[in-house]
Amino acid sequence: MELTNGAATTYAQAVSDALREEMERDSSVILMGEDVGDRAHSHQAITSGLQARFGAERVIDMPVTQSALVGAAVGAAICGLRPVVDLPDADFLSGAFNPIVQVAAKMHWRTAGKLRVPLVIRCSSGMGAHDGPWHSQNPEGWFAHVPGLKIVAPATPYDAKGLLKAAIRDDNPVLFLEHHYLYRRLREPLPKEEYVIPLGRAEVRRFGEQVTIITYGAMVYHALEAAETLETEGISAEVLDLRTLAPLDHAAIAESLAHTHRALIVHEDTLTAGLGAEIAAQIAEHCFTDLRTPVMRLAAPDVPYPAATELEAAYLPDAARIAEKVRRVLCAG
Amino acid sequence: MIDLARDDLLGIYYLMGLTRAVEDATREMYHQGQIQGTVYTARGLEATTVGAASALQPGDVLAPQHRDLGALLARGITPREIMAQWLRRVDAPSQGRDGQLHIADMATRWVLPSTGLPGLALPVAAGAALAMKTRGERHVVLAFVGDGGTNTGDFHETMNLAATLDLPLICIIENNGYAARTPTSSQFRIKHLADRAAAYGIPGHVVDGNDALAVYEITQQAAEIARTGRGPSLIEAKTYRMQGHSAADSANYMPPSALDEWRQRDPIELYARRLENLGLLDDALILEYGTRIAQAVQDALAFARNSPAPDPATLTDRLFAPDPVPPTTEDEIITAPRRAVEREGIWN
Repeated sequence: MELTNGAATTYAQAVSDALREEMERDSSVILMGEDVGDRAHSHQAITSGLQARFGAERVIDMPVTQSALVGAAVGAAICGLRPVVDLPDADFLSGAFNPIVQVAAKMHWRTAGKLRVPLVIRCSSGMGAHDGPWHSQNPEGWFAHVPGLKIVAPATPYDAKGLLKAAIRDDNPVLFLEHHYLYRRLREPLPKEEYVIPLGRAEVRRFGEQVTIITYGAMVYHALEAAETLETEGISAEVLDLRTLAPLDHAAIAESLAHTHRALIVHEDTLTAGLGAEIAAQIAEHCFTDLRTPVMRLAAPDVPYPAATELEAAYLPDAARIAEKVRRVLCAG
Repeated sequence: MIDLARDDLLGIYYLMGLTRAVEDATREMYHQGQIQGTVYTARGLEATTVGAASALQPGDVLAPQHRDLGALLARGITPREIMAQWLRRVDAPSQGRDGQLHIADMATRWVLPSTGLPGLALPVAAGAALAMKTRGERHVVLAFVGDGGTNTGDFHETMNLAATLDLPLICIIENNGYAARTPTSSQFRIKHLADRAAAYGIPGHVVDGNDALAVYEITQQAAEIARTGRGPSLIEAKTYRMQGHSAADSANYMPPSALDEWRQRDPIELYARRLENLGLLDDALILEYGTRIAQAVQDALAFARNSPAPDPATLTDRLFAPDPVPPTTEDEIITAPRRAVEREGIWN
């Protein structure tokens, strides 16, 4: 596969490229949201230029709502379009809880497969806005509990593009959680050829032998940094990037634990009843005989997301805390 | 006068009678313990549901709410399907996974399934209208909401969105006097719910919800506006739910005088008188329709009772739609050359 001439693509541009390519490929793909048109510069300018190219009929500026916006996208999806909804922040998902949870997620099952909802809801989640309780939340814990939803959280430009293309082609509702912090901080040369990354597959970002750090999103980079630190201490840590949070890649988790025998789960979302709890339970049920030490979690404490830099630093896991927790995992046996 | 032929006019009469008969049978089965859960019926709303849905053309979409049996029957959903759905049998449209009147068919009868939350059908209906507009189709969506449902955020958000985007949506408010057990006097201060249309900049109409032809006519006018790209309309059908909220509700909070008053305006009786005055209906024909309706109900009951229960082994299947085509082969993914992501100074 040929790479572009070293012209590295940002995470934000990768998302934009995926939208443009899918809209070119399939005329049923439409964009809906506030400020997705060219009149205003959408969030991170990701949809800039798409309305000029594809028209206002396919790149639709919507009045400010969450429930009616997502509900309308569900209706359009049932009727054969493939809407991609742009919500500025994942925090806004709560306003669309009804159409997502009560309508979209149940539709295929409750109609015994008669109706499909090929819908993608894009939003930026996680740290990066430095703006307190309503612009940095991680919503995956709210939605991972809901049967019938897929949740994707890419950590690299390559994955952001390939996974978004897969999400758009998927016949089910997909929450696509772009990471706010990574939009413009990462660059990566992407293949010229088209590629699509199947949903539901984790990827090992670093191979190791003594412990697996299971994580996703921006925490992948903290985990990699922690692994580098730990290597200087003679500790070999594997970093597993989940990429898709629902459905989880149980096979990849089990495969990693089969040789590392220890696990630390790291996420930005708060601790209690978060995704880490589910992963830990799955490991306990299915990988118990592989384990040499208890599974541990490192997550944000059970308080709302703070605004001040000092509080935010105390709130989020970082490389130092991950490394320290790994040392505890290794000692716990 | 209305552009309906004799057969169409009599068809509306048949559907109104069928609606009431299927509902009566359903309530009876509920009281005999044959139906689980909750049964919502709509005695008194037959003119609104059948009249409005009769204005739809093939390809137009119906988005009913929980007690709109008449609209479902007018759209071609059969009494057999309805009864199998109430009994949660495998031959029901939902195959026992969902109950009530939550019936979907977007293939040949264009019905969006109702959802068990008030107002929530509306944004989905607007989405169907958006799909029609995006594709340049001359179809419309007919959505129903109760008087209570108009108090939800989804109602307001949807009507504003539909107005802003000029969507081909017709919203019928069934103002039947009660939201569950709460009278309209405790729900809003305005006299006409149709007045809310002014807030969205769209036409609002009040219609006698017990007059099937009046409902048909205003719905058809709104459909013509929507079909020609001139946006949504709001229609308030003033009617009366001549029963409790559900089959389990004794309706002891409903004043007997009001019930008596509305019984004098029973929509089926009113419509029969009208057809009689037009010379289209007589006692013999009324008897014939009565027999046909009773047979349809008996046939539906027999069909539903003979239908097997859903197989518990199927409980977890079809949660997700399958991937139509594998997006790309595994080999390609694994062999794709990867350069390390540039992440120097990412935390700075």
